[in-house]
Amino acid sequence: MSVAESVRDRLDALPDIGLVAGFMGAIWAIMLVLALSVGGAEWANLAAGFIGSVTVLIGGYAILALALNLQWGYTGLFNIGIAGFMAVGAYTTAILTAPTDPAAGAVAGLGLPLWVGLLGGMLAAAVIGGLAALPALRLKADYLAIVTVAFSEVIRLTVNWSGLAEFSLFGRTLGTGGATGISFESANDVAGSLVNGVGAPVAAAFQGVGVSAPNLANLTYGLMLMAVVGASYWVFARLTNSPFGRVLKAIREDETVTQSLGKDTRVFKIKTFMIGCALMGLAGVLFRGQAGYISPSQFRPTITFYVFAALIIGGSGSNTGSILGAATFSGLLFYLPARIGENVPLGTRAPSNIVEAVAALGSLDPFPLVAYTVGNVSTLRFVLIGVVLIYIIQNQPDGLLGHRNEPAASVDLDRSRADLGGESDE
Amino acid sequence: MSESSGTERQTATVDSDSIEDPLLEVDGLRKQFGGVVAVDGATFAVGEGSLTGLIGPNGAGKSTTFNCITGIHEPTGGRVTFDGQEITGLPPYTLANRGLVRTFQIARELSDMTVLENVMLAPDDQVGESAIRSVLPGLRDDVIADEEAVRDRAWETLDFFEIDHLAHENAGNLSGGQRKLLEMARVLMTDPEMVLLDEPLAGVNPTLEEKLLERIHELRREQGLTFLLVEHDMDVIMNNCEHIIVMHQGSVLAEGDAEAITSDERVLEAYLGGEV
Repeated sequence: MSVAESVRDRLDALPDIGLVAGFMGAIWAIMLVLALSVGGAEWANLAAGFIGSVTVLIGGYAILALALNLQWGYTGLFNIGIAGFMAVGAYTTAILTAPTDPAAGAVAGLGLPLWVGLLGGMLAAAVIGGLAALPALRLKADYLAIVTVAFSEVIRLTVNWSGLAEFSLFGRTLGTGGATGISFESANDVAGSLVNGVGAPVAAAFQGVGVSAPNLANLTYGLMLMAVVGASYWVFARLTNSPFGRVLKAIREDETVTQSLGKDTRVFKIKTFMIGCALMGLAGVLFRGQAGYISPSQFRPTITFYVFAALIIGGSGSNTGSILGAATFSGLLFYLPARIGENVPLGTRAPSNIVEAVAALGSLDPFPLVAYTVGNVSTLRFVLIGVVLIYIIQNQPDGLLGHRNEPAASVDLDRSRADLGGESDE
Repeated sequence: MSESSGTERQTATVDSDSIEDPLLEVDGLRKQFGGVVAVDGATFAVGEGSLTGLIGPNGAGKSTTFNCITGIHEPTGGRVTFDGQEITGLPPYTLANRGLVRTFQIARELSDMTVLENVMLAPDDQVGESAIRSVLPGLRDDVIADEEAVRDRAWETLDFFEIDHLAHENAGNLSGGQRKLLEMARVLMTDPEMVLLDEPLAGVNPTLEEKLLERIHELRREQGLTFLLVEHDMDVIMNNCEHIIVMHQGSVLAEGDAEAITSDERVLEAYLGGEV
């Protein structure tokens, strides 16, 4: 049995919640070790910073991967406009919640409470998602891909347009802020007030060991995002492990057959697309808008492809796999290498370019190449991500959990006891 | 030939123009792909509770006729009536919900889903097909009850086709013959009135063929289902179908029972080449 297989068997044996907890625990432990080895006296603060940031990142990608998994993993809807639907959610929330009397130079909003903004953002993303899907869902998968990617760029360029930066509607001044972006009351402030309010005693204990208040707020925010991930997972697991999920899988496998079995597949596809886009909209504001500020440059198509990478790594078609994929991609491949590159001391022998680094190999000195690699790891991690993706697609096309047999049904599928001649069906 | 099929065979001669109790009526059906006329004014009827065979040489328009009846293609012209109501051009899901379903020439199992999932997909209007009901705690109780009923029926259907030992297997891992059985099982789960079988016996070994035919006869006998069968195996058609429709060049060449068909000069000429 190969190492990969034995690891996989062990993963299979764990309940999903244990699997995710173990995975997150391992990533936190790696961050802690990194902080301990490079932080010196500052280690506690550094660890809180690392763990907080990595948790926020994983939370954001996990929500996005779950949404994409519903659309692409389950239903086969090739949505490559994720960034656009995130932007719709984030901008709607921002415009709804931005203060009516903004600071000088900033754009005014409607000043509504945050929860109204979040709901409005999700609703807007769902509606725009439905509109984008309507013409495209009648066509083949490739056309949906083209329409969504074009749509996401249209959205980004629209919010970037100076003509919408500030305008008057029904006597109120509103706007997207154009290229400068828009500020609003962020969900992060909730984390901050939690740390200063109810959580003050705990916060004091953390601050006693040297964890700064912003880092502590960031960590709290990460945990709040994890709660959102948990809630989304709960909803999506129930949604997919049901006759509804069964139809979605069937559409992915063969839409003509699904229709021949009496399912109006268009309705299922539009519903699925809208639900997924709503969650993408929520991720847009919670993840990209963490700091209470968004601008068009945060919604470039690259993030769409990152989410696809996360889902492919985790295994498309599996909700638990989506979360593990998000953690692997954003925690281990995206965040960790950058922090290593920043914090590992390289001494003075690190060469300034790749030619020198490779040339040193001629005199049998590998150190310059290693040092160069570590020093430039935040750029090189994209090479790493590419290599991992190629490896997975060739050797493990189902990702971490895509090979699992997760039947879509709301009940245990074994033959009921009555059927086997027993007394009753419990 | 199997005994059961032999006993089931109805010898009464049915005249082509006077099918009693027609469940499906096709009138002047026409389908054109660009310049090619695949179906050219086909007219026939299928009696309720019958096992009707549809034969014809390759390119006679049998599959296109099937596709036009079941809503996969929209007919260029003509009328299709099912159970007294016009169904011309209705989408496949509407027809399936009214009780008219089909299987495919090449078995189209949903390969990344288990056999049980394939079968459980089929029943109409499952409570849990509503997204909200399958999620919200209070409403989910109905979903669970419905799911249990569907699951038990699925197991019964798998038993009937003797593929229950494969229930948790991915459908993609099944053999060709098992896939044919799965298709039949899946179609039955929709609770149909009439089933259109597109070459259900192609590539099936004789033992399995017998099993499938027995099941078809049993379903007619016990549930009163109507079958329209496209098949290339002449013996199967002649021995099992009480009414046979012969298509040639997009239209109906002849109709009648096995005897009438085998003695029809035009059929012999166009299709059987005078061999029978």
